[in-house]
Amino acid sequence: MPQLTYLEAIADALRTEMRRDERVFLLGEDIATYGGAFKLTKNFHEEFGRKRVLDCPISESAIVGAAIGAALNGMRPVAEMQFMDFVTCGFNQIVNVAATTAYRWGIGVPIVVRGPSGGGVGANPFHSRNSEAWFAHASGVKVVCPAFPADAKGLMTASIRDNNPVVFYEHKGLYRKIKEEVPEGEYSIPLGKANVVREGKNGTIVAYGSAVHFALAAAEELSKEGASVEVIDIRTLVPFDQETVLASARKTNRVLIAHEASLTAGFGGEIAARIAEHAFEYLDAPIMRVAAYDAPTPFAPTLEKAVLPNAEKVLSAMRKLLTY
Amino acid sequence: MKSKSTAKESTTIPPIKPSKLLTDPQRVEMFRYMLQAREFDLAMQRLNRQGRAFGGVYSQTGNEASSVGSAYALGNKDVLFPMHRNIGGHFVFGQDLNTLMLAFLAREGSLMRGTDGTGHYADIGRRIYGNISHLGAMIPVAAGFVLASKMRGETIVSMTYIGDGGSQTGEFHEGVNFASVQKLPLVLIIENNQYAYSSPNSVEFACEKLSDRALGYGCFGETIDGTDIELVYETCVRAVERARKGEGPSLIETNTMRMRGHAEHDDFSYVPKEQLEYWQKRDPIDRYQSFLLSKKILSADDVTAIRTKLIEEIRAAIDYAIELPFPSAEEGFKNIFVD
Ligand SMILES: Cc1ncc(C[n+]2csc(CCOP(=O)(O)OP(=O)(O)O)c2C)c(N)n1
Ligand SMILES: [Mg+2]
Repeated sequence: MPQLTYLEAIADALRTEMRRDERVFLLGEDIATYGGAFKLTKNFHEEFGRKRVLDCPISESAIVGAAIGAALNGMRPVAEMQFMDFVTCGFNQIVNVAATTAYRWGIGVPIVVRGPSGGGVGANPFHSRNSEAWFAHASGVKVVCPAFPADAKGLMTASIRDNNPVVFYEHKGLYRKIKEEVPEGEYSIPLGKANVVREGKNGTIVAYGSAVHFALAAAEELSKEGASVEVIDIRTLVPFDQETVLASARKTNRVLIAHEASLTAGFGGEIAARIAEHAFEYLDAPIMRVAAYDAPTPFAPTLEKAVLPNAEKVLSAMRKLLTY
Repeated sequence: MKSKSTAKESTTIPPIKPSKLLTDPQRVEMFRYMLQAREFDLAMQRLNRQGRAFGGVYSQTGNEASSVGSAYALGNKDVLFPMHRNIGGHFVFGQDLNTLMLAFLAREGSLMRGTDGTGHYADIGRRIYGNISHLGAMIPVAAGFVLASKMRGETIVSMTYIGDGGSQTGEFHEGVNFASVQKLPLVLIIENNQYAYSSPNSVEFACEKLSDRALGYGCFGETIDGTDIELVYETCVRAVERARKGEGPSLIETNTMRMRGHAEHDDFSYVPKEQLEYWQKRDPIDRYQSFLLSKKILSADDVTAIRTKLIEEIRAAIDYAIELPFPSAEEGFKNIFVD
């Protein structure tokens, strides 16, 4: 198996699906000649042609709307948001057109809206946002937030093959940071299956995206102190694998939820509520959350570090939880 | 010149200029669709007054020529993305009254299973894709639909609609620009019925004609009298031909008048009486009827017979639908996603 970065793994999924299925095509800004702002689709147009790697005007509503129209007419478009922050400009198409079509018409809208999200890279309030919870709240959109290269490939494949709209959050900080073995050829991971990435018995950290790496670092540190911490990567917010999370809560009796997105009305609140509703009597401590401070993601490194969660913040919260 | 909608201009009704593209049987067919749209409208208004139709009832009275004449210009593979005053287009595309009534009255068997109402349904077999409420949103979708067929080398045309209000949305701009850049076979009918809810054109835009925007997009644009169905038809036939030849989208602004309130709850007291009188004389059905009578294509008795039959059919559809129950509550929990 080849070692691929997170970015290469996503590109591999797109390429493999485009080779397999003529209906799959890409549309977005600067994706053909330039290969995308992060070069994820570099050279794609050479293999697939400019029709299937369609450079579009700076019109997120038109990009997502055209993807929806094409999906209604038999295609399986993958729309790139140059930065996931700009999905706001295509928001209406996703939450009002795409998300309601199955419910209203019984017709699937097989589109993927994907792009780089997340902070920690010294961008600014407009190139760092983690907005996945907005779509989890929309009803009718699947939401995917992979943390590892192999998962990113498998989940992207599943997202393209899914008959429903999927919003796919790639973490730009992970794009070139991690490399791992990624299965070659067609590789799909079902949406809605959490992954227990580290087993433990004294407490659980439930996380997704970049926060999975914070959780793993914290768990490793805690193991040196004699604590055994389970880490669950939920991988997809919608569908949400409640059973895997509840099983772990019932086993370890202590749960901390970590995500890079801001705290209030973040998806962690939803996870906490599900655990409280269904596993309350198993808990030995209150459910805790580590998330970004409720602020736009700031620019200067000092501010950004202070506002965003990281491994140290997860570690100290977990220490508190384990000794509660 | 916006005075077209004021009473200052000449009040002689311009005669219908016969199109060379139409046969008499086609004329009768178009006339029938217009009458059907009008009678459907009147029936919905009655149901609303009787408290038997809930939700908004949006009259299309005044819009018949625009809606029917444009949809009539499409071929049997083309697709229609109608808006809320385009019931005429549904009829042109072969929709039956029972299906419509079930949708409008949200009864069991509605294509939308009660999840939504009015003309918001999709009927893939009939190539009708209803709108969502958000104005402007369907333009990029209608464009994307034919982007897909164009990629496959098919030449189908997509027609959609927007109002004098909805054409001020960002999605109008993005959709038309995208379609123009990609030279998509899209025909966008801008129905300028002088009002967007209570707002006259002066609140909505500052350009002279909405079709002038075509210049800025690099597509084709034309403003026409939207109460002359033969003119609407012929203009749209040309737009559809251009689209098929790969010459890109057209913006066709049809000038009409919304003869009632935004919806039935609205008494439209903000509309000057003289303005309504001016347009009353240009009623698209009256105009076409006098043309058909004067050319002896139809007799007065023919018109009465057609209208009577349409009214009976609509009544039968109401009787059929109104007796049916609302969809089962379980439907509310289904189909958030498809398999
Ligand atoms: C984006 C959006 N904003 C507001 C509304 C509420 N609304 C529905 S119809 C309407 C007026 C539309 O006017 P126009 O586009 O001229 O179409 P008309 O109703 O006159 O045919 C408004 C404001 C909406 N549906 N969508
Ligand atoms: Mg209007």
